[in-house]
Amino acid sequence: MGCLTVEVALGLKSGALNASPSSGTYQLCVNLNKGHKEEFKDLFKFTQLICARARTGTWGSKSFALVDIATIPLNSCIKEGKKNASKLWRLMESVHVYREGNLTGFDLSEMLVLIFSGGIGKGESCLAHKALTFLFPNSQDLSPYDESIVHDSFHQLIQEQSQRAEAESLELQEWPPRDKGGGSQLHGAPQEYSSATLRILANMPSRTIGRSRGAIISQYYNQTVKLRRKNSRPLLRDMSRSARPSIRQYDLEFDLTPREEEEKRSLLVEELQGLTITQRNHMLQNMPLSLTEKRCLRQDIYIRRGRQRCYQISQTQLYCCSHLKYHCIIAFRSLWYGLLSGLYALKPWRYSLKQISGQFGSSVLSYFLFLKTLVSFNILLLLLLLPFIVAVQVAFPPTSESSNFQSFTGLELFTGGGPFTHTVMYYGYYSNFTLNQPCSSHQSSDHCPANAVHLPYNMPLAYLFTIGFSFFITCITLVYSMSRSFGKSYRVGSTLGVHAITVFCSWDYNVTQKWASRLQHDNIRTQLKELLAEWQLKQYPRSVCGRLRQMTVLFLVWLLSLASVLGCAIAVYSFSEFMHENHEIRTETISEKLQEARLLVLPLIVCIINLVVPYFYNVLAICEQHDSPVLEVYVAICRNLILKMVILGLLCYHWMGRKVKSLEDQCWETFVGQELYRFMVMDFIFTLVDTLFGELVWRLISEKLKRDRKPEFDVARNVLELIYGQTLTWLGVLFSPLLPVIQVLKLLFLFYIKKISLMANCQAPRKPWRASHMTTIFITLLCFPSFLGAAIFLSYAIWQVRPSRNCGPFRTLDTIYEAGKVWIRRLEEASPSVTWFTWIHQNLVENTFFIFLMSIVLLVAIYFNIQVVKGQRKVICLLKEHINNEGEDKIFLINKIHSIYEKKAVHQ
Amino acid sequence: AEEDFSWFDLTEIELLRVKCLPHTLDVLRASSLYTPFHIQLSHKTQRARAHRRFIELLPPESRNVEDSLRVRVSTEQILTLPELKANPFRERICRVFSTAPERDSLSFEDFLDLFSVFSDAATPEIKSHYAFRIFDFDDDGTLNKEDLKCLVNCLTGDGQDTQLTSSEMKQLIENILEESDIDRDGTINLSEFQHVISRSPDFTSSFKIVL
Repeated sequence: MGCLTVEVALGLKSGALNASPSSGTYQLCVNLNKGHKEEFKDLFKFTQLICARARTGTWGSKSFALVDIATIPLNSCIKEGKKNASKLWRLMESVHVYREGNLTGFDLSEMLVLIFSGGIGKGESCLAHKALTFLFPNSQDLSPYDESIVHDSFHQLIQEQSQRAEAESLELQEWPPRDKGGGSQLHGAPQEYSSATLRILANMPSRTIGRSRGAIISQYYNQTVKLRRKNSRPLLRDMSRSARPSIRQYDLEFDLTPREEEEKRSLLVEELQGLTITQRNHMLQNMPLSLTEKRCLRQDIYIRRGRQRCYQISQTQLYCCSHLKYHCIIAFRSLWYGLLSGLYALKPWRYSLKQISGQFGSSVLSYFLFLKTLVSFNILLLLLLLPFIVAVQVAFPPTSESSNFQSFTGLELFTGGGPFTHTVMYYGYYSNFTLNQPCSSHQSSDHCPANAVHLPYNMPLAYLFTIGFSFFITCITLVYSMSRSFGKSYRVGSTLGVHAITVFCSWDYNVTQKWASRLQHDNIRTQLKELLAEWQLKQYPRSVCGRLRQMTVLFLVWLLSLASVLGCAIAVYSFSEFMHENHEIRTETISEKLQEARLLVLPLIVCIINLVVPYFYNVLAICEQHDSPVLEVYVAICRNLILKMVILGLLCYHWMGRKVKSLEDQCWETFVGQELYRFMVMDFIFTLVDTLFGELVWRLISEKLKRDRKPEFDVARNVLELIYGQTLTWLGVLFSPLLPVIQVLKLLFLFYIKKISLMANCQAPRKPWRASHMTTIFITLLCFPSFLGAAIFLSYAIWQVRPSRNCGPFRTLDTIYEAGKVWIRRLEEASPSVTWFTWIHQNLVENTFFIFLMSIVLLVAIYFNIQVVKGQRKVICLLKEHINNEGEDKIFLINKIHSIYEKKAVHQ
Repeated sequence: AEEDFSWFDLTEIELLRVKCLPHTLDVLRASSLYTPFHIQLSHKTQRARAHRRFIELLPPESRNVEDSLRVRVSTEQILTLPELKANPFRERICRVFSTAPERDSLSFEDFLDLFSVFSDAATPEIKSHYAFRIFDFDDDGTLNKEDLKCLVNCLTGDGQDTQLTSSEMKQLIENILEESDIDRDGTINLSEFQHVISRSPDFTSSFKIVL
């Protein structure tokens, strides 16, 4: 009996808990007070809501039948003019002391109060009080007198209902004996539960779902029912009473008997037939059943459907030509599969990537995947640049002015100068007129074939637009992939559950090597130990003295690292200054070859700094002794990034400020392009050197010393090097359109070299890596300092800097951007019919007001998004509170069930 | 979401088996109509690969299509696959996916099922469901303290010297329950488990075996 009380309370209460402002039920309560016309429908909705809640929640199935009993009288009470439920009505009257109002209306919120307070015993009314204050936020404190009335009346109600339940022989059935071993001690509830209670707990749907096939089938049956209802639900009041969805069919199953399971299965098949094909496929795909069962289900669906529909048609068609047809189909299919497996093998680097992930896990894999992404970015750039700029220029070579052929010494491969200077590699080579013009003023006008088809090609314009467009596309792809990876790895309002996540998700199933798996065991063990130590540290925080010491160390280390950045910057700056002045003084006195070689000194120094300083930072990080290894990685990335960006910024300043002025008579754009080429080649060489010495030699030494300690593959540093190289490419695209080709070649080489070195020399990193977070960070770094910096640099070069007078496509203009303006002016002169275009240009592009407006719109959109996220956070907080409440409820109810069974045991 | 449950639409193998059923073509049409082409392509090649790998496990005399569909391969033989060899959960994986009454052998369909769950095409829900079943060592539908203990031991290695100390283990299990046992009943049930997993975006990329 008491158990029934609990169960009714439980079913209704969990429904009522749903009555938050977000679910709309609260609204419903308010509505009900206002008018009574929509009552029937709304009340049904409410009952459904309760049921849905209990169905998806973690409560026992028997509670449902009782919810059914408890709520149906309410319906009939309204519907049939309160004839059948006069007793219930009396109860309502007795609690009406809470609110003044007319008794003809049915006050649902009062009913809720009843239900709430009834579920809790007299002494344990905290939840009831919570519910009351929730429902009546403005009411004064309730007197204990009122509360006791509520309790009494509710118990009366329960008694009546349970009598009815007995009459309908809905007695709780005897559970089949089932022994359950461990896990008997409940968390937060110290006492041991009796085996009877445990049996009930074991049969709760929350537990059967992880175990029995019947429960899975039944759960998915419920889901399909819900889906179908959502698709086509007639208004409830239009249906006859018997056709209304009964709550009983929703109930969740325990471990089913085979017969029951079969029944459920056929129900599921019927439900699945009612869905559309895509929905059905999706549903079947998501079912955690075995393949055989899925296939049987699917065949059942089609067989039954076939009986209904297409037997008349298909039978005759298929029987006459079946064998031949099937053989043809099979032959064709196997041919097709052969072809497909060939295609599969073509997927680039599939095997290499599998090998890497098999031996080193997903963190090292993320480096190689990032490398692959960079290759695809560069290929994207090339796809635009090659056909629209380079190929056209190659097809129409400019009349060579400086045909003094320089000898090729081999050094030019590193400097990018010499014979390469006047090629499509660099900006200076490109012509500044319309190519392929039939009778252009630039070419001699005597051969001007009349009827040949000519497509004029304005080179400066093409140059400007292609570069602009490729940057735009890159920007969009970057932002898109960044947002996607952010969406994947960061959820709004997610809390940390480090221990659980580490235990559940840290094993990398990709790993296929014995030694790699042993290593992974070690890593996970260290990680778990570290986590526990960290946790204990948090429980018992460090002493003031210790914290002070740590702060001092941190401060000193940061000071040192920033000072080193400053020192490097000053060194690079003064050296470039020195080289610059020297260059002007002593150009004549030294041989040409030496001059070439001198150009390499600056990149060399920068690369040495880039190579050595990160090691210095690593030493500093050892002194720091960060608590969490993740923080250590972030700090290392941050420092390296500061260093690289400062140096690159300085170099940009050096090129744009100084070189532009001093090289006015020559082609400064080509010079900058060559500089970037040199930096890139040097960077590549140094990466090779680093791989060789940092990894190979280190391994040899450690092998000599018989220490079982291979060097680790430092993902963060390597990725930063990739980002650095990509920044160089983006910086140089304007001045050297073929730079992405070099970058692609470099990356391809790097892939294989790094892979070989990794396989031979390295061991998997011991630091815990959250690979997807790291990928997000890598993409963000690629977007923010790197791409944005390059874009700013290029915009400055396009809008502000005067192009050199005697080379390149923009040699006659004041700025590169003027090419566009000139074109528009010409367009206006040539054909007045396109005035709308010039209008757009004048009013939308040139006008600051429009840009201002656009940015305001953007800001507003961002603001709205932020607000939405805030709202979601609030909702998440609310839901979390609900979950906590339900947890409390569950403990309470389990205790209740336990005490009831205890009593039963005593009686017997 | 439009992905077909590809691993199980009618393959050429099944066509062989159900040669003369009148509804077959209907099924075929329906299944291929609603699947994007490129997805069909990648799934079918994967299935072909899986079949090849499975046949390699069979004794030489039964390496043909008909036999490969009938014969069951014992767990010991499945465990010799290099993809599973280094996995501490390999016995559990085989047990969970086996449909034999004694749970000791895998048919081709079970095999396909196994690798489809561990493939890219499987949804996170399916993956987490099977992960739960794999971690549920006593098959009782919840992760209790014993299960968690086994799980941690599997992760850290089974040797006596590699295990966590008992106090560490106790602390760890308490922390795990504290973090993920929402309804405080002392065990982690499927939905709680899936809730935890949903917060770890790395899970789908690491719960993967490439054939």
